[in-house]
Amino acid sequence: MSGGVLRAPLWRRRADVAARAVAAIGLGYLLAALAAATLARWLPAPRLEATMIGGLTSFAVFAAVAMWAFAARQAWRVWAYGCLIASGLAVLIWLSLLMEPRL
Amino acid sequence: MKGSFRQSMAWLHTWSGLVFGWVLFAMFMTGTASYFRPEITRWMEPETGRPASYAQAAQGAVAYLNQTAPDAQSWSITLPDERQATARLFWRPAPSPGEEAPRRRGRSENRAVLDASTGQPVSPRDTRGGEFFYRVHFQMHYLPVLQGRWVAGLCAMFMLVAITSGVVTHKRIFKDFFTFRPRKAAQRSWLDAHNLTAVLALPFHLMITYTGLVTLMGLYMPWGVTANYKAPETYFEAMFPRAEEVERSGVSAPLANLPGVLETASEHWGGGRPWIVNVSNPGDASAVIEVTRHSGDQLAYAGGTLAFNGVTGQLISATPEPGPAVLTHRVMYGLHMGRFADPILRWVYFLCSLAGCAMVATGLVLWTVKRRSQLPDPERPHFGFRLVERLNIGTIAGVPAGMAAMLWANRLLPVGMAGRAEWEVHSFFIAWAGTIAWACARPARRAWVETLSAAAFLVAALPLVSAATTSRNLLGALLSGDWAMVAFDLTLLALGAALAFCALKAGAYRAAPKPRRRSRTVAAPA
Repeated sequence: MSGGVLRAPLWRRRADVAARAVAAIGLGYLLAALAAATLARWLPAPRLEATMIGGLTSFAVFAAVAMWAFAARQAWRVWAYGCLIASGLAVLIWLSLLMEPRL
Repeated sequence: MKGSFRQSMAWLHTWSGLVFGWVLFAMFMTGTASYFRPEITRWMEPETGRPASYAQAAQGAVAYLNQTAPDAQSWSITLPDERQATARLFWRPAPSPGEEAPRRRGRSENRAVLDASTGQPVSPRDTRGGEFFYRVHFQMHYLPVLQGRWVAGLCAMFMLVAITSGVVTHKRIFKDFFTFRPRKAAQRSWLDAHNLTAVLALPFHLMITYTGLVTLMGLYMPWGVTANYKAPETYFEAMFPRAEEVERSGVSAPLANLPGVLETASEHWGGGRPWIVNVSNPGDASAVIEVTRHSGDQLAYAGGTLAFNGVTGQLISATPEPGPAVLTHRVMYGLHMGRFADPILRWVYFLCSLAGCAMVATGLVLWTVKRRSQLPDPERPHFGFRLVERLNIGTIAGVPAGMAAMLWANRLLPVGMAGRAEWEVHSFFIAWAGTIAWACARPARRAWVETLSAAAFLVAALPLVSAATTSRNLLGALLSGDWAMVAFDLTLLALGAALAFCALKAGAYRAAPKPRRRSRTVAAPA
């Protein structure tokens, strides 16, 4: 959180914390879920194995995003970059589904 | 949250720890107890006898089922291990002609509990036993099961966040291994205690939190499955391959000798223990016996299943060896459950897990100790501070008191009472809620002393309550060499003593060397 926010009025500080908390939980889960699906689709391993690796990794992704949400200088950056990454992962999943349908 | 990375992580650690702390403390406490789930069940079912060999139990189970349900569609036998005194049976009756195969699992008329050594049916008092602590630690209670699991998942996720951000916050993680300054200012000692319990068992805390999430991965993170499989069933078949169901042939044939089949299974596993036995079409020429390996035989939780011809006893098939990622999942599952642990390692698990409880508790107390000195008027704290303080007292003393209250209820409620098992569970929550109410009604320091003393009494008196109401008592267990039950009573006494020590410390707090700050006269216990 930047020094500017700290000197800001109370409601702005609260809004900032709320934006980060929602990002940590909502965006964290979204990115973890997309990461699990992307790994499950793209890892060069049998489907069951790739699915498993995606799932096992996803919780670390969630924890990392949650920490990032509170470490970033500005809350909006987390949302902006987070949504960018999410769309990138979604495109990757979509491409792989075009190439090879689900079992 | 100020400029630096470490400061923002400290903020995150503080607040995620506080918001989820109370539920996490209850999860940690009941989860800790779950490492002794079979022993707790044995204690809560004093009508049951002693553990016996699985072969002996299998013989009794087959004799019972042959008599009670000879033409069932299938039998399921959960064999006892060296920690359990009963075999648990369940059967699916044959569908009457024209009727769909009945899929109603768990109807009580199709269940039986047999003494492991005599094979005779026993009817223990109506209780959930150690199963309650196990269930409540990942799915709560009074909530629909799935919602409860999501609550537990959210708490566990933020436990993981609190641990990782806590590690970042911590500047001198190695040095603090050896730092404890009980006579320093209150905040410093509490911080040391929090660091000590957290850092000493850090690998355990990290492992248990991550693997806890992994055990319910199918619920929390099904998206990899969705991305790869059109129907979840396809995934489950790949994950848990099962033998095809076979129709009854109508030609009767005697069932193969079950202890012999189990012997073969055990040899196949290099001495592993059979755990669950499924017999389909018993008494028919098409009978199949499936034997699942004990989940504590290896680090990996799922030990695999062997299918045998139910008449000749010949091995038909074995579940395929899992790939490395599936095996990793099973190992993580197994690490969480700790069933592979031999007694010494199980005690290490228990102690690390207790350190986890202490970590959460000291963290919660630290929040108030740190803020008390900064209050504008320490005698009249604002509402948020009082709320945290009361919930801390009510939960840290209330959860152990509640767990003990449940064991009291197990001994004191009439055996024939309707809804008995549910009332045992209610007494857990009544005692916990009562402790919170007490904490709200009393001055903080008094409340600490009184609630901790009450919890200490409730825990330490249990061996006496048990001796007065049932045949289970310390002396009898000692004389008959029932070491698990001896250890159970001694552990209760030790835990009661630990709680009494905390109560004493809380009471003696005023007498501790005084810091300059006046505010400490009403501070939390040391």
